[in-house]
Amino acid sequence: MEVIIIIALTGIAIMMAGALNKPGFSLWIAIAGLMLAFILNFRLWNTNLHLFNDMIVYDNFAVVFNALIIVSSALVFLLFHSHYSPWEKHLDEIAALLIFACTSMMLMTSYGNLVVLFIGIETMSICLYVLAGSRKYELPSNEAALKYFLLGSFATGVMLFGIALIYGASGSFDFHGITSYLTSTGNQTSSMFSIGLLLLTVGLLFKIAAVPFHFWAPDVYEGSPTVITTFMGSTVKIAGVAALYRLYAYHFAAIKPIWATTIMIVSALSFFAAVLMALPQKRFKRLLAYSGISHAGFLLMAVLAMNQYAASALLLYAASYSLATIAAFTVLVEVIEVRWDDELSVFKGMGAKNKFLAFALIVAMLSMAGIPPFSGFMAKFMMFSAVAESGYIVLVVFGVIASAISLVYYLKPITLILSKDESNSTNIKLSWEVIIVLVVTLTLTLIFGIFPGLLTGLL
Amino acid sequence: MENIILQLQSISINSYIWLSSILFIIGIMGVLIRRNAIVVFMSIEMMLNSVNLLLAAFSVYHNDPSGQVFVFFIMVVAAAEVAVGLALLVMIYRNTQTIDINFLNKLKW
Repeated sequence: MEVIIIIALTGIAIMMAGALNKPGFSLWIAIAGLMLAFILNFRLWNTNLHLFNDMIVYDNFAVVFNALIIVSSALVFLLFHSHYSPWEKHLDEIAALLIFACTSMMLMTSYGNLVVLFIGIETMSICLYVLAGSRKYELPSNEAALKYFLLGSFATGVMLFGIALIYGASGSFDFHGITSYLTSTGNQTSSMFSIGLLLLTVGLLFKIAAVPFHFWAPDVYEGSPTVITTFMGSTVKIAGVAALYRLYAYHFAAIKPIWATTIMIVSALSFFAAVLMALPQKRFKRLLAYSGISHAGFLLMAVLAMNQYAASALLLYAASYSLATIAAFTVLVEVIEVRWDDELSVFKGMGAKNKFLAFALIVAMLSMAGIPPFSGFMAKFMMFSAVAESGYIVLVVFGVIASAISLVYYLKPITLILSKDESNSTNIKLSWEVIIVLVVTLTLTLIFGIFPGLLTGLL
Repeated sequence: MENIILQLQSISINSYIWLSSILFIIGIMGVLIRRNAIVVFMSIEMMLNSVNLLLAAFSVYHNDPSGQVFVFFIMVVAAAEVAVGLALLVMIYRNTQTIDINFLNKLKW
């Protein structure tokens, strides 16, 4: 519990620091707060805390996913600081919103009650609406924020209606109450409960941008400031998938026949359709948005698998996906800073003058595509074997085909980087924050690729 | 107070479910059809309020206060959401001089 409180206090402290008008101060507060939370988080290992009448369940699943969320938020924060500080007036307010979003994501991984799930998702979304529109005078940012807001609150309404129906059927928001309702009916749910579950699922799938509910993602990703897109693409997606996994694998495991088909179809549609839609993309941000949608499909596979490997496969996949996404977006942020464009052609000949950036982008792309020795390969391998273990062979076959097709668009930027055309390549000077972010993400990508047991042994 | 609960329970729960479903669907139609951003906000509020009504009704029928407590949470969140939404709208109006959401078409595939 201290973990969530400390991060919330960090956010408030950053807001207060804004009043002191000392630029750069907020970075140190954030780093200190996040590091303290990271350490305290692991002190809760194996304690299995149940707090506030089981409103918050801090088990090992919550500990590792919160650790992942803290690390990727810290990386995004470093990037944010290096990119926003030169010209943003209200830096500390935006920084505080990032930290508040991080706080609410920790609620999403550790809820034991539908109320907490709702509050976590909503607090996160409200922070993200503001963050998406944080470039007040740029029209794309405005448009992304309003689109995200309208569709996001629509999804919230749908999700709430689902929660209300589940409450009506079972008479409780608490998962103990819902479970005892399910056992009392012999796992035969009334139609009211099933519709409620479906609507709740729709709301959650919307937040992770899985395929029938993905239409907002490319627009919002493209319009938002790139640093915020990094946050949405990596941390937010992990938190959403962790919330879904906890909902299904922990609380609704007994009624798997009711939801398994829906999740399977959504998962298959997500990775397959998103891969096909990513192929013709010319802009790197949109390409990464579609790649994120397809990875949401792969992450959903873990929800289906529901055996002893599923949680560890989900953890490894989430970690490698978020690290690779952060690395790729970091390179993009630096390139946009110089070229003011995110067409794929800006990478042409980058390998000659910016060796480190080029190397980082190549590693990120290869890891996302699932090429050994990077962690994306082990993650995909473990995910597929976990799902195959549960008997979804057809889904695995489709998954393998989709990741083979995805190679086409992941290799596109790599061929451009390595091309000899150096006419429009400029030397990009990296700040120390960016170097730290890239070194950390690349090292972890390699380490988890070679020793996946470091993560998978945890769950 | 007991009297009120008894009176409320004399109407069958199905009527409440139908009423809030209809309100919810009106809200959805409003979001999908109307083009003025403020009317879209109002439709979203309508969706949230239909959920509030449904939760309060269920709360009475289950004799369980937690449903009504959740209504307060929804109200707080909806208020925060509308504050953010109207701020976004003011920001967009300053930049484009319009709040018609059809003008938001700069970002496309």
